[in-house]
Amino acid sequence: MKQVDIAVVGAGPAGLHAALMGAERGLDVLVIDNAGQAGGQLVKQTHKFFGSREQRAGTRGIHIADELTKKLSTYTKARLWLSSTVLSYYPADQTLMIEDDAESIRLIQAQRLIIATGASEKLLPFPGNDLPGVYGAGAVQTLMNVHGVKPGRKVLMVGAGNIGLIVSYQLLQSDVEVVAVVEAAPHIGGYAVHASKIRRMGVPIYTSHSVKAARGEQVLERAVIWQLDEQWNGIDSTQFELPCDVLCLAVGLSPLTELLWQAGCRMVFVPELGGHVPWHNGRGATSVPEVFVAGDAGGVEEASSAMATGALAGLSAVESLGQCPDYAEATGAWSRELDALRAGPAGSKIRKGLQSLQL
Amino acid sequence: MMPDEERLKQGPVAIFECLQEIPCDPCADACQFGAVLAFQDINDLPQLDYDACNGCGNCVSRCPGLAIFVIDMTWSEDKALLKLPYELLPLPQKGDEVRCFDREGTEVGQGRIVRVVQSLRVGTPVLWVELDKELALDVRHVAPLSGGGERDG
Ligand SMILES: Cc1cc2nc3c(=O)[nH]c(=O)nc-3n(C[C@H](O)[C@H](O)[C@H](O)COP(=O)(O)OP(=O)(O)OC[C@H]3O[C@@H](n4cnc5c(N)ncnc54)[C@H](O)[C@@H]3O)c2cc1C
Ligand code: SF4
Ligand code: SF4
Repeated sequence: MKQVDIAVVGAGPAGLHAALMGAERGLDVLVIDNAGQAGGQLVKQTHKFFGSREQRAGTRGIHIADELTKKLSTYTKARLWLSSTVLSYYPADQTLMIEDDAESIRLIQAQRLIIATGASEKLLPFPGNDLPGVYGAGAVQTLMNVHGVKPGRKVLMVGAGNIGLIVSYQLLQSDVEVVAVVEAAPHIGGYAVHASKIRRMGVPIYTSHSVKAARGEQVLERAVIWQLDEQWNGIDSTQFELPCDVLCLAVGLSPLTELLWQAGCRMVFVPELGGHVPWHNGRGATSVPEVFVAGDAGGVEEASSAMATGALAGLSAVESLGQCPDYAEATGAWSRELDALRAGPAGSKIRKGLQSLQL
Repeated sequence: MMPDEERLKQGPVAIFECLQEIPCDPCADACQFGAVLAFQDINDLPQLDYDACNGCGNCVSRCPGLAIFVIDMTWSEDKALLKLPYELLPLPQKGDEVRCFDREGTEVGQGRIVRVVQSLRVGTPVLWVELDKELALDVRHVAPLSGGGERDG
């Protein structure tokens, strides 16, 4: 069986940064991702990034992914297996079971495992949500930005967090009409500047509103919208219909944690972080000494913070193998950057989540 | 983040419509004239020294929030100039008449493109739109006269 120093599951911003930390320090690193292209969520992101210059603000997500992959490829001891899914992890002998797209199975033994699997989209229960035309925001982004296909002509967006607002704007850029954005909360959750971009293009944002039902003969033809009262119950008398052929759900993400459960990590339910997350120490260490977590898998946040948590988890894994002479320095710099990112009001949810994780 | 009337009378100046603390700071690096005050923290709100700002518009193309505009009330006798970021294709061309929309997406009048600035690097294209002075403070989006998938607000 093949053996590596560090196996990283997920080649998003977190996984790529984690892998680079090991590769730069001369270790055998294997990165595994089920997508055909490295970059994780970054691949879908054609908009310019927020954050500081260090995190390449103003650069488009897709370019960041290319840059990181190229850098990793300069290390001969670093390998990237694409179109390969990690099916399971066996903690007793620290072995990963990996299936490639030819459906052949390989086993890899790893001294250290870094889980950077990202997050999956939450769904919303309502009658008709199985009609063709009801999509998650990730699927809509993949269609548009990766395959260059318009998902439909008239889109109703559900969710006014950053993802809902950004995908709405990307739809408008692709010349697709966005009939409205509905948001169950009384306030727009995403950044005001993102909301302003679509407001001035004439898209109404209905806060305290949700989808009551999706209707159509064979495919989605219209959505029934209603206002919510303070207890978030729909008010019948307020309902109205909007014609649309796509209903795009952007109602949140939850960490992808199957492998962490399998590894026997202590899991904690923290709503602010998106659901169940492994307990971790802020530098990627979980309750299982060989297993580390990075990026959205440890709490749904942003690409800029995923790069930092990825680097920290990578450094911690290298340190635990006794190969990180510059550990204090390197982690200090990344931790400071991460703290700065989370310092403002926009980071308050994450700060609260990380606090309850430690209780 | 609005320069006063006196400052508007003196020539082109940037207007930052960024009023919520978010972790973002490219505007601080974008200005070569020291008009955007240095950030202490990445979550700070941008602060502008209106006397140092000459309205060049470099920051407009660098802001990922598309939240910066430049207004020149001294452009001509009866017209103002508005520089706005524009990320839709096809880009309007110099000389094109365009429909003008306010912050809510309501059509409020027409303007004319006098220049299209496309920087070579990652920057957002910036349109220079000539329009009636009383529209300059309200218009935040433009669209071609026909098509373009826009709605009438
Ligand atoms: C529309 C949208 C806009 C965004 N805009 C911004 C922004 O402007 N600024 C910002 O900082 N952040 C932004 N983000 C957030 C950012 O994209 C994510 O927080 C970030 O990508 C998380 O990085 P990650 O490496 O943890 O996970 P991901 O990028 O999700 O990568 C995880 C990877 O793991 C792979 N994987 C999962 N399970 C397995 C398995 N079992 N086997 C093999 N591979 C597996 C997945 O295929 C994926 O490639 C945005 C997100 C979205 C959806
Ligand atoms: S318009 Fe030019 S001078 Fe004014 S703040 Fe922006 S970059 Fe600086
Ligand atoms: S770059 Fe734009 S969005 Fe970011 S802080 Fe500056 S003005 Fe605000």
